[in-house]
Amino acid sequence: MSLPNTELDLAVLDRRAINQTLQKATAGTFTVANPGGAHALACGLMHPVEVTIAGHCGYYAAGMNQEASVVIEGNAGTGVAENMISGQVRVTGNASQSAGATGHGGLLVIEGDTSARCGISMKGIDIVVGGSVGHMSAFMAQAGRLVVCGDAGADLGDSIYEAELFVQGAVASLGADCEEKEMTDQHREALKDLLSRAGLDADPAGFRRYGSARTLYNFNIDNMDAY
Amino acid sequence: MCGIVGLYLKDMTLAPQLGHLTALMLSEMSSRGPDSAGFAVYGASDGRTRVSALSVTGESDWKRYAAALRQALDADVDIETHSDHAVFLTNGDGQAARNWLMEHAPDVSVLGVGTAMELYKGIGDPDAVADRLDLASRAGTHAIAHTRMATESAVTTLGAHPFNTGPDQCLVHNGSLSNHNRLREDLSKRGETFQTENDSEVAAGYLAWRMREGDGIDEAIGHAIRDFDGFYTFAIGTADGFAVVRDPIACKPAVIAETDAWVAMSSEFRAIDRLPGVKNAEIWEPEPAKIYSWSRAA
Repeated sequence: MSLPNTELDLAVLDRRAINQTLQKATAGTFTVANPGGAHALACGLMHPVEVTIAGHCGYYAAGMNQEASVVIEGNAGTGVAENMISGQVRVTGNASQSAGATGHGGLLVIEGDTSARCGISMKGIDIVVGGSVGHMSAFMAQAGRLVVCGDAGADLGDSIYEAELFVQGAVASLGADCEEKEMTDQHREALKDLLSRAGLDADPAGFRRYGSARTLYNFNIDNMDAY
Repeated sequence: MCGIVGLYLKDMTLAPQLGHLTALMLSEMSSRGPDSAGFAVYGASDGRTRVSALSVTGESDWKRYAAALRQALDADVDIETHSDHAVFLTNGDGQAARNWLMEHAPDVSVLGVGTAMELYKGIGDPDAVADRLDLASRAGTHAIAHTRMATESAVTTLGAHPFNTGPDQCLVHNGSLSNHNRLREDLSKRGETFQTENDSEVAAGYLAWRMREGDGIDEAIGHAIRDFDGFYTFAIGTADGFAVVRDPIACKPAVIAETDAWVAMSSEFRAIDRLPGVKNAEIWEPEPAKIYSWSRAA
């Protein structure tokens, strides 16, 4: 049984009212019409609803998502799907800076490019980017996976902890303590599954893997003496 | 914070709407800069030089200054007044007019000089500033505008953007420069004059100095990227186009969109969303330290 789609038109309705409707719903499908680049749309959803934002969004779209599935039919501004816990967010266009920042779980798919700091401080989220990512992506990434089908900008994975980074194209430079890692069959299998879930048609064989060299301060047990 | 917008028309049938469209964009950026606003409009030129001026007291005797300028320049000088602004139109030397006003009109601040550009600014709500200075009714080829949230200097009319960088050139800035005091000192020694403590005015003065030294706009911006310490997105208006540049780590936001009819830039997409035909626009975020420019001359 499929529930009827409810249209919420930002040209008519107040943004806060739209967000509250989406937050209160425990099921169903919704379309947000005329987003007009507005900020903080479809934030804080905690139930398995399906939301389509029919156009370009401003900052922090689908932030703090839990269980919901949000599709942005267009571009997203800074901090799309920041601090996601679970669920899925898909951007059919490009995303600005800090996409998927601090995310704990769930899947963020950006079909186009993202700019700087994609996956900054990610803590378990999976991020799959169909295009390229800007500089300082996966900065201080702690857990989760960042997959980049295009190129990565300067200082990829600077000060990274345990997150895994997969890049198909060129990496402008690696950040402090980030190094290339061996790509085993196990990694290729996991990547294949992730690309498939993201609906992106890329061959896992073409990717290289990067991660932490574990040489920075926090990885040195001798520094425990300081406490 | 601050919000900046730029609109460059490719389809000249939109020329009568330039001011209206710029006002829509400016209004959308009000929340980024609610304390003051300004705009530069570039229109089809009748060949005369336009000297945009502001009455600091709000009570300047423009007719008297126009008459005195006629004598001083030995040239025709007409005047158009808009609220506390006036534009002197002359077939004489615009720089000489500027210098004369700076020397003889202590109650007047010269905002800009050019054959295509007129420049206006004011404190208060950006929509109110745009209304008072009649932005919406202005026709032209391209415009840049700014909404200010002051951080580096006081909220004054002269601290509002855009800042004139040279004939027909001006700049709007979102961000702040850390080394503006040292740059101001260096530039003052090279003969640049500054009217405020504002960091963005220093950026404008720097570009004016580089271009006096023979740099083209792209070269001047290239030097600026090397010498400016701080964060910035700049939109720079020139006689026949505009340029956009972000600092090397892209601290401040910017988005560019282009259709067959126009090129637009803004701090946030929602300003661009107000433009006609935006659904078919190509939209992208400018890369750090990369100069994007559009020009009718090219």
